[in-house]
Amino acid sequence: MAEHREYFYRRLHSLLGVIPIGIFLIQHLVVNHFAVYGPESFNKAASFMHDLPFRIVLETVIIFLPILFHAILGVYIVFVTRNNIKRYGFFRNWMFYLQRVTGIITLIFISWHVWETRVQIGLGNADLDYSLMESILTNPFMFWFYVVGVISTVFHFANGLWSFMVSWGFAQSPRSQKIVTYATLIVFLAVSYIGIRSLITFAYGV
Amino acid sequence: MAEQKTVKFIITRQDSPDSAPYEETFNVPYRKNMNVISGLMAIRENPVNANGEKTTPVYWDMNCLEEVCGACSMVINGTARQSCAALVDELEQPIRLEPMSTFPVVRDLIIDRERMFDALKQVKAWIPIDGTHDLGPGPRMPEKKRQWAYELSKCMTCGVCLEACPNVNDKSDFIGPAAISQARLFNAHPTGEMNASERLEGLMEDGGVTGCGNAQNCVQVCPKGIPLTTSIAAMNRATNIQSFKNFFGSDNAH
Repeated sequence: MAEHREYFYRRLHSLLGVIPIGIFLIQHLVVNHFAVYGPESFNKAASFMHDLPFRIVLETVIIFLPILFHAILGVYIVFVTRNNIKRYGFFRNWMFYLQRVTGIITLIFISWHVWETRVQIGLGNADLDYSLMESILTNPFMFWFYVVGVISTVFHFANGLWSFMVSWGFAQSPRSQKIVTYATLIVFLAVSYIGIRSLITFAYGV
Repeated sequence: MAEQKTVKFIITRQDSPDSAPYEETFNVPYRKNMNVISGLMAIRENPVNANGEKTTPVYWDMNCLEEVCGACSMVINGTARQSCAALVDELEQPIRLEPMSTFPVVRDLIIDRERMFDALKQVKAWIPIDGTHDLGPGPRMPEKKRQWAYELSKCMTCGVCLEACPNVNDKSDFIGPAAISQARLFNAHPTGEMNASERLEGLMEDGGVTGCGNAQNCVQVCPKGIPLTTSIAAMNRATNIQSFKNFFGSDNAH
């Protein structure tokens, strides 16, 4: 491990994007979807998550540290690339480029989102409930910022899931890689819907 | 009919490895079925640029002239390819020639592909059979495997896949698709397989297989149609299994 440090970090980066970060992303958006069934339903689900035993440990190990590692190495990966979509406009090269663009957008979005919600709740400036999200998302600018942020995050996850399947050697043949492309497209559409649907409820109450 | 047809070449030139590149235009007499190399040969014969000034002949690299050696790769009208196989009749004019930007320029269109040969050393892309006595015939290879391995053996280290790869550049030490595919070729060989782990360890070193970001340009541009992305995925799988064997221990980690 010590002799193959770069190899180990890059594999860990790929793994963490799916487990636990990807799993957490889906769980987070599914729990948010309780908002669609009414503020009480959302508050109940949110307080269940909030009152999980060892919450600080769970948050640190499953969310904060993996995202921090993924983000730091990810920014490095963005910087050692020379994108060439103008010269080589193939589909996968575009996905490669968009993976880097959405990675940066997602980092900005998540930083703001965590500051606005988790940090403010931790500082005692806000309460974890439906009205917190309602007050953020009824501002049209913030609504669209969240729409872009959620779509970018979900794209980064779905396309990252594709490259996870290739980087870990699951999908080797061109045919299997193509089918995984379609499968991750479905993941992108389904998870985006779940995320955007709750944003609409918070913003417009429908 | 009196006026002779000409072909216009706009060539990115560079006098030495450290000097600044510049463009020079040449009008070369058209001949039937000419390729980019015969155009360059005409410039060498009569090194006069489009302004009628005498200049130094353009330097380029070539060898086999039948797209199997890989020496004459350059960027032709924006696409990296072999100049011997680039027919003037099939190219849009003016024809723009540039050296491949991924590699250090030696002079004009000649680039230094040493990083590719260093990469082959890193992954030990050979089969060590030298011995002091006759080892007898090696193990047989299944015909089906031979067929796909033969495709990998067509690699001519031409550098086109590295030129197209967004992760092979001056900021990264990624070895590129060609050497990864060669590690797969020699690990597929029944005798080479006996040293399989040594090549996989090479792929796990810095700049190895994890440098790939799956942009998959390489497989689109390879002039030999080598399934480079299949090779990369195969080596991803093999290095993962090897690293688990190394960590947890295995009797089959050779």
